[in-house]
Amino acid sequence: MLSRIAESLYWIGRYIERAEDTARILDVHVHYLLEGPLIDEDLACRNLLAAMGVPAASPAPDGLFNAKLVTELLAFDEANPSSIVSSLTAARANARGVSEAISSEMWEALNTSYNALPGQVAIGRGVGPYTFFRYVRERAAIMAGLTDSTMSRDDAWRFLVIGRSLERIDMLARLLSTGLHPRDGDGDDVDWVILLRSCSAHEAFLRTYHREVEPILAAEFLLLDRLFPRSIFCAVSTAEQCLADLDPRYGRAGMADEARRVLGLVRTNLEFRRIEDLLSDLGGQLRNVQTGCSAASAALAARYFRQTRSVEWVSEGPGIEVAAADGSTRMEALPAPAAAGSDADRLAALAAEEDPVPGADGTAGDDALAEDDGAGERGASPDARMAGR
Amino acid sequence: MVDRTAVGDLFDGYAPARTLGTPAWDEMFEAPGVVRPAAAVLHDALTSLSASEFEARAAARDRGFHDRGITFQLSGEERPWPLDLVPRVIPEAEWTTLEAGVAQRVRALEAFLADVYGTGQILADRVVPHRLVTTSVHFHRAAFGVEPANGVRIQVAGIDVVRGEDGRFYVLEDNIRCPSGISYVVENRRMMARIFPELFASHRVLPVASYPARLLEALRAAAPAGVSDPTVVVLTPGVYNSAYFEHSFLARQMGVELVEGRDLLCRNDTVYMRTTDGEQRVDVVYRRVDDDFLDPLHFRPDSLVGCPGILNAARAGNVAISNAVGNGVADDKLAYTYVPDMIRYYLAEEPILPNVETYRLEDPEALHHVLGHLHELVLKPVSGSGGYGILIGPQATEAQLDAARAAVAANPREWIAQRPVSLSTAPTDVGGRLAPRHLDLRPFAVNDGTSVWVVPGGLTRVALPEGGMVVNSSQGGGSKDTWVTVDGRRVPRVRAARAAKPGRREVAPDPGPALSFAGTEQQQQQQQQQQQRPAPC
Repeated sequence: MLSRIAESLYWIGRYIERAEDTARILDVHVHYLLEGPLIDEDLACRNLLAAMGVPAASPAPDGLFNAKLVTELLAFDEANPSSIVSSLTAARANARGVSEAISSEMWEALNTSYNALPGQVAIGRGVGPYTFFRYVRERAAIMAGLTDSTMSRDDAWRFLVIGRSLERIDMLARLLSTGLHPRDGDGDDVDWVILLRSCSAHEAFLRTYHREVEPILAAEFLLLDRLFPRSIFCAVSTAEQCLADLDPRYGRAGMADEARRVLGLVRTNLEFRRIEDLLSDLGGQLRNVQTGCSAASAALAARYFRQTRSVEWVSEGPGIEVAAADGSTRMEALPAPAAAGSDADRLAALAAEEDPVPGADGTAGDDALAEDDGAGERGASPDARMAGR
Repeated sequence: MVDRTAVGDLFDGYAPARTLGTPAWDEMFEAPGVVRPAAAVLHDALTSLSASEFEARAAARDRGFHDRGITFQLSGEERPWPLDLVPRVIPEAEWTTLEAGVAQRVRALEAFLADVYGTGQILADRVVPHRLVTTSVHFHRAAFGVEPANGVRIQVAGIDVVRGEDGRFYVLEDNIRCPSGISYVVENRRMMARIFPELFASHRVLPVASYPARLLEALRAAAPAGVSDPTVVVLTPGVYNSAYFEHSFLARQMGVELVEGRDLLCRNDTVYMRTTDGEQRVDVVYRRVDDDFLDPLHFRPDSLVGCPGILNAARAGNVAISNAVGNGVADDKLAYTYVPDMIRYYLAEEPILPNVETYRLEDPEALHHVLGHLHELVLKPVSGSGGYGILIGPQATEAQLDAARAAVAANPREWIAQRPVSLSTAPTDVGGRLAPRHLDLRPFAVNDGTSVWVVPGGLTRVALPEGGMVVNSSQGGGSKDTWVTVDGRRVPRVRAARAAKPGRREVAPDPGPALSFAGTEQQQQQQQQQQQRPAPC
């Protein structure tokens, strides 16, 4: 399939998952603030904004952050590139460019979701954000269902699922790394019930462990559970499997596919570690996961989404040598009938440069997963696809 | 209860249009109140609709188009595609003539293109003057020596026709470069079937949905020699092109890749596309990019949407470009005036569809006559499209006429003048009422090298302003679903389902286990309820 289309599908997967996860996180967060009157609303909101990588937002006139403001920023704000509205808009824009590669039902579902956004935002602002969050989750579920039931399990589907999985890992890592809601007077502790609920994992947890939520079990569930689809382990495994299907070749040793190698390292690093060790350095481990995600994304882009910029040609009269799009070939131009007077100083062609890899942050090095150096930057905003057009 | 008080309202006050003095031909009414036989069933069905029912269907239509992303930009706003709810009916007998006329024209134009990009026999025989070809801006030297493998240069043609006051169809224009609109033909039909299912139950309308399959066949047939399973792509300028929906529609319906210029590259006179598996060879490019932008090596060097080197690849016979480069020489409005001569010259047939009477302004006598009678004529720029630059003499102001006279006198080659044809009208929804509006028709033809196939119907475009004659959607035009109807008595309906084979037992879907046994259910319920009662004292 075309590289450009593969890239768009990957980002459609990421944007939809981002919108959904943001809606989940906000939903639980807003609800939590409303239910718990003793919570320091300002601090909780600041933590959330930091985790979602929204930089230097200005507080309300009283100098404090509140739930309404956070909802505005993370859900409705079109100026924030990772808000729900922006994510869905970006997903739709990408789908528009590849609408022949996804099923028409998917395109229609996404387009309908996008068309209804202004109305849903107005309702959300008017009667409270709950209906908006539910709307976003439902639309994402429809998209997931159509992806499941109308797309062949070919490379197009794989790129979409890889995008979805990587975003899921990234969002969950962000969520866990917040220490989202410190309990009153207990700074280090994390309210694991809230975390579980924002991943729709609370009920699954209860059915699995049949007991009260304990930090160690909850962490194990969200990080390592082999069966729950929103756990980091599951998402990493899914992405790995898709990558393996994209290029099933095995070498004698090592791992040729960089994205697979990085994700494999992330997985084994979690899978074969004692949960107590994981918990004792949760922040560092989660940073590793996030760094691994962006490294995998960069490797994927470098390998599969290789594109060149459009090349501009400048006529220089008869028989001119010009650089071809990828700079590797040279062709002879026939005399252009409309050529103006030749100008020896003008460039024959503007050399094509490789596009900067979308969403890459350049940390795809071998030491990205070094045990304790925490290469990733905490609170970095979610990757966004560069405007390629 | 359905509101029946408004019965008949839709057609109230409907009177034929007299835009240019003479009454226009109306597609539904022979005379005020007298319905044409072919449209009788449709008329009755519409009459039984109340205004509010009609409105509800209009709302369903707009929502449907909006959801499917079938929209266009008008003054910066995204509007649903303008489909009028009243279809246009063309009886099969009339259609057969029209179809034959369109196919005949395409065959003649094919022969002309092969000739002028070859030996130029028609020029040597002075049937068509040399000047016509050499002064055309669309005559490309670069197209010489590009020999299509199966001899076809016009895979897709859109021949614009109008119905005159006398009820005959006249050809107004040939489009053999990148005619657009076919996606709307298919989508209009699909939408009409959704919102007016009962109309389709009472009519037998020839289907249009097979167009993409026919086009794919024609494109595969155009592949370079020796390629058994050709890779076909659709080349689009990108999402910001106004016809992008159509490009995407065709790619999806044909199951081929939709590529942009930057997805392609040429090496050793071969075209490749960049895929996730590396570079993949491309054999046929159905391009929706104009000649000027197609190949920066030969045409505009500043083009960012083309593929450098693709023309050399075509010349080397390694890729087929469809429609061919340089077709524009045969479809400008001056070449149009020679098409009847081409038909006689190449096919030894009389033209089935007449041209509208046209003056070639290079002839000094004709020029003199036209300058004197401009207020009675329609003036068109030769290479214009999209309805721009057209002057309708009888509707023009004195100042406009003066400006036009000056422009024509300065450059007669750039203009033609035609007898004004009062385009036929059809009932069209204008603010909840039906009023006559002028329309044209663009049938689409596909040439696969063995035969020319014409989509039954085509795109009917409507000029929505009262008395307006310019139908382009860029100028506020609408569209109608166009039905070629078959007489139901002649063709038996295909049986939808064959009778089940005797002896074969149809098995019902497995209902799953019963929730509880019938006899014990009541008892169980009672016991469960008893458990909830407070214990007796």
